[in-house]
Amino acid sequence: MSLENRISEIIVSRLNVKPEEVTESANLKDDLGADSLDMVDLMMDLEDTFDLKISDEEGNTLQTVGSVVSFLKTKGIEA
Amino acid sequence: MSDKRVVITGLGVFSPIGNDVKEVWGNAIAGKSGVTRLSKIDPEQFTSQVAGEVKNFDPAEILGAKKARRNDRYTQLAMAAAEQAWADSGLSEASIDPERVGVIIGSGVGGMETFETQHAIALDRGPRRISSMFVPMMISNMAAGQVAIDLNAKGPNFATVTACASSSHAIASSVDSIRLGRAEVMVTGGSEAPLTLMSIGGFCSMKALCATFNDEPEKASRPFDKDRSGFVIAEGACILVLEELEHAKARGATIFAEVAGVGMSCDAHHITAPAPGGEGCARAMRMAMKDAGMEPADVNYINAHGTSTNLNDINETAAIRAALGDSADSVMVSSTKSVHGHMLGATGGMEIMLTALALKNGIVPPTATHENPGEGCDLDYVPGKAREADIQCALSNSLGFGGHNVCIALRKY
Repeated sequence: MSLENRISEIIVSRLNVKPEEVTESANLKDDLGADSLDMVDLMMDLEDTFDLKISDEEGNTLQTVGSVVSFLKTKGIEA
Repeated sequence: MSDKRVVITGLGVFSPIGNDVKEVWGNAIAGKSGVTRLSKIDPEQFTSQVAGEVKNFDPAEILGAKKARRNDRYTQLAMAAAEQAWADSGLSEASIDPERVGVIIGSGVGGMETFETQHAIALDRGPRRISSMFVPMMISNMAAGQVAIDLNAKGPNFATVTACASSSHAIASSVDSIRLGRAEVMVTGGSEAPLTLMSIGGFCSMKALCATFNDEPEKASRPFDKDRSGFVIAEGACILVLEELEHAKARGATIFAEVAGVGMSCDAHHITAPAPGGEGCARAMRMAMKDAGMEPADVNYINAHGTSTNLNDINETAAIRAALGDSADSVMVSSTKSVHGHMLGATGGMEIMLTALALKNGIVPPTATHENPGEGCDLDYVPGKAREADIQCALSNSLGFGGHNVCIALRKY
């Protein structure tokens, strides 16, 4: 499964949104309805799935689906 | 004293004997038990292996997946019951100012399942893995908060926490709120989801649960019976819409019954055992009758707390004798816990609802499982079969660990 699809699955499950809503430009809060509590748990889901640590500062930069993908790529995660 | 009168204009329920008012009332008067072998978790680990479970409850279907995931089962049940009760009342934002609608919902402990799940995660993987939803899901006031969001109810809002009297305190406080003019409509009752390792295990350790009818679950909750040996733990939620009488009349609402009086007291005696002779319970009953302008001879029916524990049933019987005097010989007393089990912080709501329906329909629900009276249990417990009777005045008792006593007086409307 591609990295994009794995991230999409996590977001769909955590935010209860439809897969087609999870586009590269979709904003996690404004478009996908995440509140601050969802964001905390979403970061934990990403940490658990990809076995990495995301600092609060890094987490705050992850506003869109695309930013999550590129962030994980910079951490050396490809799929 | 306020001249405002309070009536019940909406009912909603999810319980071991049904997930709507019609089904619940039908099973209550048919004496059809909702107690089964515990299935939610492994029963073999407990001495008591029976429970009153809410069946066929799909929170995601009723509330939507996101709301269901972000709320503990006790809040899910409360939200679902409140939605029903609100629809039943026929109220809407067009007919009532949201600031005049309050919510008070009681729960004995709140999100116990959430607490246990997250605690296990914390022990296993450390505190940094505790969900951000842990605190909001666990706290016992979230049912009241979440129902207010659902209904856009912006009036007085809080939770009551008095163990098995929680929902009766919620209803009592709601009556006060309307009488004091703080609100015209109150959405109130209780919710509990205690079918968890720690709750069942804890009550088993107290030897409070029935452990002698594991093979015959439907007979396990047997209030006032000589073979009773403890209560049957149960889950559920029951929500009532209370409304100021003139407001209800003006919009032509269906009125189930009048909540005519409230009594409350404390034993100040022991953390779990009732005061000798049920004197605290008796004082609450006298206070409720006085508040409602009822004499003991006026009371036709008492929906007893009747838990099916040795101590409760003896002392509550004594309390009824103390409060009603000679009239105790002619009053009908039943415990509907015989069919729905002990819904703890939700049980008062359930029983006040059933009492209101008894008044409206002229039918007294039975103590379905009662066969032979226990020692010191010498009232008319309406054993086995429901009874048709034109009852006018009724009381509902709820007693909680901590010595909390509540009695609600209802009158036919």
